Amino acid sequence: MEWTEPSLILSAGRHGEHHAIVDLLTASRGRWRGLVRGGKGRRLSGILQPGNEVEAHWRARLESQLGAATIELRQGRAGALLGEPRRLSALVSVCATLAACLPEREAHPAVYEAATAFFDLLSDETMESVDWGPALVRLEVGLLADLGYGLDLKACAATGVLDDLVYVSPKSGRAVSAKAGKPYHDRLLPLPAFLTGQQTGPITAKAVSDGLFLTGFFLERLVRESHARPLPQERQRLLQAFKDEGTA
Amino acid sequence: MAINPLPPGAGTAIGIDGLIALLAKLPGLGPRSARRAVLQLIKKRESLMQPLARALAEVADSIRICSTCGNVDVQDPCAICRDPKRDAGLICVVEDVSDLWALDRAGLFRGRYHVLGGTLSALDGIGPDDLNIGPLVDRVRKGDIREVILALNATVDGQTTAHYITDRLGALNVDVTALAHGLPVGGELDYLDDGTLAAAMKARRKF
Repeated sequence: MEWTEPSLILSAGRHGEHHAIVDLLTASRGRWRGLVRGGKGRRLSGILQPGNEVEAHWRARLESQLGAATIELRQGRAGALLGEPRRLSALVSVCATLAACLPEREAHPAVYEAATAFFDLLSDETMESVDWGPALVRLEVGLLADLGYGLDLKACAATGVLDDLVYVSPKSGRAVSAKAGKPYHDRLLPLPAFLTGQQTGPITAKAVSDGLFLTGFFLERLVRESHARPLPQERQRLLQAFKDEGTA
Repeated sequence: MAINPLPPGAGTAIGIDGLIALLAKLPGLGPRSARRAVLQLIKKRESLMQPLARALAEVADSIRICSTCGNVDVQDPCAICRDPKRDAGLICVVEDVSDLWALDRAGLFRGRYHVLGGTLSALDGIGPDDLNIGPLVDRVRKGDIREVILALNATVDGQTTAHYITDRLGALNVDVTALAHGLPVGGELDYLDDGTLAAAMKARRKF
């Protein structure tokens, strides 16, 4: 069995001295791993960096085998972000979160498209963190929805009203209006307005940190219930950086 | 339970097969090259094999991890940390002992080192507590350190670690610098990957 497809590199772990086991994200096949011979060598190690887009050719005698992959670079993104702490942190966080949450060999084309679009946004030097931060939150909301943990942010779960939605119930994942949620506000999760389409002014770092806290809560539940790897510490550091910026 | 490194059937005595099996575990050596090395040792028993055996036993007994910098040496603190000719105000932070040796072999740096023992890795679950970062911060806080040079790999994990250390040292009165990224000496633009070109373009300087 073999296939060739554009893929995003999620990780490349060392295998022996020179080889790497690469974790790829493809549009039509989902997360897929393969052995890259010489993957830790001088020629390929720069290509096998998280976030880079490659043309992967995978082959194995049986579909169930790990298989071997050959890799050709399509678009290098990691190199340009090495000197940008916040962007690099976002890149690492997204790659590790996708690797932790997505099951292997299950297609999630929407997640692939969203991740590619987000990495493009991250590589755009003109974008500030409050520009790509909301995109990161939306990417994680989409990931949750694709994996069956979607949030329902259209109307208040208690009263059915469509506006003034400022909380999310940690139990049901449904939005709650300011009025209905007031008595329980300390137990509800904050819902940033940019997720409901009710944003009026510019998006702040505080709103991004609220969004990351919200998605982080449900992603933690997802990985706990699916016994997947825990969320990366880098995600927590990124959330803290947005929080610090929001309170500064 | 102790693991017997010898091949099946070799019992517990280290015979020639056992020696080959042990050498084959070293990086760069497989069973065939280990066999060649053992044959060479047997041929030069007195001039090579016995001194090598003595040296291995001696180093195995005396090897120490430097409690100051994490380097390996036969004494603690290591020779580099004890050397009074080195500038104690400069610390070069490296990922591994092999990086320290590579930098010191070049003879370009006359300060002291700090070995992290790896890099942060979101996917492998390696966090700050798994690395030698806390002792680095303590060292900078206690000592008369003017500059910390981050000589970490130009990879996503290497630079994530560099940014994390920069944050941790931010509150202390010390200059934090990092090695430049870009064109290698003798490098031709035509053959460079996009990432290196992007890093070189970003780090361009007035000429």
